[in-house]
Amino acid sequence: MSTVVLLLFTGLGLGALYFLVAAGLSLIYGLMGVLNFAHGAFLTLGAFTGWEIARRTGADSWWTFLLSLLVGAVAGAVFAAFTEFVLIRRLYRRHIEQVLITVGLSLAAVALFDGIWGTDAVFIQGPAWFKETTEILGARIPNDRFICIIAAVLVLLALVFFLKNTRYGMIIRAGVENRSMVTALGIDVRKAFTLVFTIGGAAAGLGGVLASHYFGYVSPLLGGSLLIFAFIVTVIGGLGSLTGAAIAAVAVAVLQQFANFYLGGTGDFVVVLALALVLLFRPSGLLGRTS
Amino acid sequence: MTATAQAGPILRIEGLNAHIAGQQVVEDVSFTVPATGITALLGRNGVGKTSTIKAIIGLIDRSGLVELDGVRVEKEPTYKIIRSGVGYVPEDREVFSKLTVAENLRLAERDAAPRRQLVEELFPDLLARSGQMAGTLSGGQQQMVSLARALLNTNKILLVDEPTKGLAPKIVAEVAETLAEAAKTVPILLVEQNLQVVRQLAAGAVVLSGGKVVHTGNALEFLDDDGLTQRLLGVSTEAVSHEASPHAEARHAAASQEKGAAL
Ligand SMILES: Nc1ncnc2c1ncn2[C@@H]1O[C@H](COP(=O)(O)OP(=O)(O)O)[C@@H](O)[C@H]1O
Ligand SMILES: [Mg+2]
Repeated sequence: MSTVVLLLFTGLGLGALYFLVAAGLSLIYGLMGVLNFAHGAFLTLGAFTGWEIARRTGADSWWTFLLSLLVGAVAGAVFAAFTEFVLIRRLYRRHIEQVLITVGLSLAAVALFDGIWGTDAVFIQGPAWFKETTEILGARIPNDRFICIIAAVLVLLALVFFLKNTRYGMIIRAGVENRSMVTALGIDVRKAFTLVFTIGGAAAGLGGVLASHYFGYVSPLLGGSLLIFAFIVTVIGGLGSLTGAAIAAVAVAVLQQFANFYLGGTGDFVVVLALALVLLFRPSGLLGRTS
Repeated sequence: MTATAQAGPILRIEGLNAHIAGQQVVEDVSFTVPATGITALLGRNGVGKTSTIKAIIGLIDRSGLVELDGVRVEKEPTYKIIRSGVGYVPEDREVFSKLTVAENLRLAERDAAPRRQLVEELFPDLLARSGQMAGTLSGGQQQMVSLARALLNTNKILLVDEPTKGLAPKIVAEVAETLAEAAKTVPILLVEQNLQVVRQLAAGAVVLSGGKVVHTGNALEFLDDDGLTQRLLGVSTEAVSHEASPHAEARHAAASQEKGAAL
């Protein structure tokens, strides 16, 4: 029983990280049709800047941790807004070129991070409480799991509130459904593009700081490895669906943890299998629009 | 009519070309839309009526001249053309199905003082359904949302693409009435397959075939020329001009749609 609970919470924590990456990917694809391979770079930048802030201001305090979350989110947001404004905007409607430029950017970013922070993993210190455990139903759960889960739930709630209750949220929902009709109502949908990139970048940057605590280190490749699973989550959840991304993130991560433990480390394989099944039987994803 | 001619056209298209997926769908199209009344844009299915409308507002790539109220707009992006005073009611309504009726309308509001009152009077049904997802409305109700989105703002012209397509005869009559009412204050370029509706509403007619303009002139004169309508639209208008019962209308609409589908 305690193993099941431990696996469940570890899976939920990992799912929280997947969600923070997949939320942006899904909204960006849903609204603009852009497969953003640079999204992992937003996460890595968030992780490194968060770590820089933490180590310069005293890594073991809660205030420092909160500050590093903020700085990581802002770094991810700025990087993402820059990417949309300078690179993607020029390639509006040219999807092959968009893929090439975001893949190129992700490779260039890894090289840049290598240059600045080195190729080796940097180990992370957080508040002492993170390294302690909390007992739930006999399982000793590392506390950083809870932080990831709480942060992701707050981000999900904030995004849902924004999408439902603001004019830009309404434009984004409408644009995911039918972008050209939004422009045909006299709305400059490109502003929503920049906004969606910025929001997605902020979530990824925040996810980067949390991921560095979850895994205990930062490396230039951190974003790339999470990005693969976030893409799978996005496809399984249904491209463009935020709720779908949330459900799929939890499902994929929990499945991965259980398969790794009970099926001899086959977590990644099982996830890819799940992806294949979804693509076969429900190609538009769990909550995707039927196209 | 003469006053219109003096005022100059509200919309002037000259040498308009547009391509979709490498295929030319609008070819050197030129016509004008007078500043009052309804002008019908006619032609069989697939001749490029929708493409012409989309090209005018830049929803598909195009070249040529588009002049709205004396101002050239063909270099502008879609949203700016719309904001300069165009109301667009697309083929197949294109309401946002996952937004509520109220959200669909709010999204369309461009003016500082949108005419909510007018829309509520025209479509009382929508007010009652303001919280409902637009995707769950009937076709007729969705068309009302689509029309309301355009009528909320003060426009220089309305571009209305097949507003009666797939609707029951009673709803067709309601839509026609709404358009007649709207046309009192704003000129309309109307794509319409139901020739009874065209006869009821349109003053002028522009007829397309194979992406080109093949006829322009008075709408009634065109519809009364059976040989010409037969040749350009592939339908006989005789039944329509002599019996105006709703049944004849419905039969006719069905017949013209079947013809179109066969093409
Ligand atoms: N999305 C599209 N992809 C490819 N061809 C299209 C597309 N939309 C329209 N066409 C083609 O363009 C031509 C004109 O279509 P359209 O403007 O919709 O005609 P109409 O509105 O007069 O029925 C047709 O031959 C149609 O097949
Ligand atoms: Mg059409």
